[in-house]
Amino acid sequence: MSQTIKTTFQLPIGPIHPALKEPVAFEFEIDGEQIVDVSVALGHVHRAIEWAGQRRNPIQVLYLAERICGICSYCHPMAFALAVERIADIEVPEHAQYLRVIHGEIERMCSHILWAGVAAHEIGFDSVLFLTWELREKLLDLTEYLTGNRVTKGISMIGGVRRDITPDMYPKIQETLQVLKDHFEKLRRIFLEDKTFKMRSKGCGILTKENALKLVAVGPTTRASGVKKDVRLDQSYFAYGDLDFDYVTPDVLTGEVNGDVYDRIIVRLLEVKQSISLIEQCLEKMPPGPIVSEPKMAKLLAKLKKAEGEAIGRMEAPRGEVFHYVKMNANEHVYAWKVRAPTYSNIMPWVPMLKGQQIADIPIVAASTDPCMSCTNRVIVIENNKTLTLGKEELHQRSIQKTRRLQA
Amino acid sequence: MTQEQKATPEEVVQSFQDAFSQNISETRIERHTTGVKKTEFVHIWMRVNRNVFKDAVKHLFQFDEYPHFAVSSGYDIEDSIDLIYHFSIYHGSRDKELSINIKVSLPKSDPTLETITDLIPGALISEQEKQEMLGVRITNIPKDKRVFINDDIPKDVYPWRRDETGPQKYIKNLHEVKQ
Repeated sequence: MSQTIKTTFQLPIGPIHPALKEPVAFEFEIDGEQIVDVSVALGHVHRAIEWAGQRRNPIQVLYLAERICGICSYCHPMAFALAVERIADIEVPEHAQYLRVIHGEIERMCSHILWAGVAAHEIGFDSVLFLTWELREKLLDLTEYLTGNRVTKGISMIGGVRRDITPDMYPKIQETLQVLKDHFEKLRRIFLEDKTFKMRSKGCGILTKENALKLVAVGPTTRASGVKKDVRLDQSYFAYGDLDFDYVTPDVLTGEVNGDVYDRIIVRLLEVKQSISLIEQCLEKMPPGPIVSEPKMAKLLAKLKKAEGEAIGRMEAPRGEVFHYVKMNANEHVYAWKVRAPTYSNIMPWVPMLKGQQIADIPIVAASTDPCMSCTNRVIVIENNKTLTLGKEELHQRSIQKTRRLQA
Repeated sequence: MTQEQKATPEEVVQSFQDAFSQNISETRIERHTTGVKKTEFVHIWMRVNRNVFKDAVKHLFQFDEYPHFAVSSGYDIEDSIDLIYHFSIYHGSRDKELSINIKVSLPKSDPTLETITDLIPGALISEQEKQEMLGVRITNIPKDKRVFINDDIPKDVYPWRRDETGPQKYIKNLHEVKQ
């Protein structure tokens, strides 16, 4: 009788899809359906944005920073502006600080609701995808009403913002927030009580608190593991110090922390609710004043040209902490600029999350940290020297099949 | 998670100065306020000599069991490369977090620095990035592979360098290219 030898297979996933800001390639070591080990490779479309920024003046960099990511198109220029304001000693008017909070929270809601739709899609719930994206559409309309743009907002400016929100605009904001509030209960029921959602997300993709801390995870990913870490609260910026809110960890709702996909859903849903409350508080407490410290662009540029020093800008983006380091040398151009997007820190935690999971769980586990899951565009399975190519579609089908199997 | 007694920014700086006396310089405590309530936040900056860098990072663990490492940034300046490691301690309690930025200068003739991944495993990608972008060498790094730059790009070209090892000859400005 010949002896059978059990071997593992390599399963590369990724790396390229146009929708992804940081394309990622995974190499999975699989034993049948089970993932034994994972290694992650990055940087297939490195755009040298930091290099390009070092050849531009700070105002031009604002617009470049806006194009780092389509979803965080407000956080990046703002974190950069925070750093530059600290170098050039620019005081931001209080009114502008409140406006900055409002735009930041609208972006957070947009991102979380978009994510909820993508998560539903990954496990085969396309009707929920349409429901959430319909809500997101309302928020995009509001963004357009407030900034003039829907995605790349063009609202940031060093020393303030570019457009005011006047009291006659409040009703439209309140109306949109009301729509979200009306739908919140429905979303909560679908995501947190639906049997299938629970089956696919509970106990799946666990990140322990210790791993979250050691691998320096950020944002909802780390909060879902019970780590109280939120830049808005840890180190106040804009007007967050004036507002009343607290860390969102899953035990607020369920009394326990598991650090699984289900917990990451809870954190994001509760944060949408929190954002609504923050915007309402801002509208209530809004102090009067100018929207920008120096409206004359030439004067501002002349001031920035003389600025010398280094500073950091930190901000809690929807996906976690955005970090910008800027060094200026009393020159027209920025001397050094380093951008750290939240996904950069949330890549390493993928490894413990994915180990021991099944192939069908890859989409929902990877999506649960909120990168763009589009990197599953191209999958090659090598089985006994025979190459079998799985597209994103096929991987998605496997995920749907698992949902159906569990439902049966 | 965080110890009950939190050190003030001055105590943190003093503790570093006591521990590393000659090897630490350019310490500065940046205080800013924000919002109507003028909530204060603090950024601490310091420069350490390369030989005590690892110990300085270890020293952070006295204040917080898990210091958060955000990223390391760096730039090329004359004959040396400056790396700045951005940490923060005391997250989890409102407005108490301190950002600590530790700068270290490496001469271009020998740009080596020891890894901190044994203390903070999440620092791996940052260290790999500094290796390929600035041409520094991180000793004992667990995974010595490029992350962001494609393997096709020559090994001795470092995009963030401003000297002859920079990427200049690979750059084509569209307006300069003859049609």
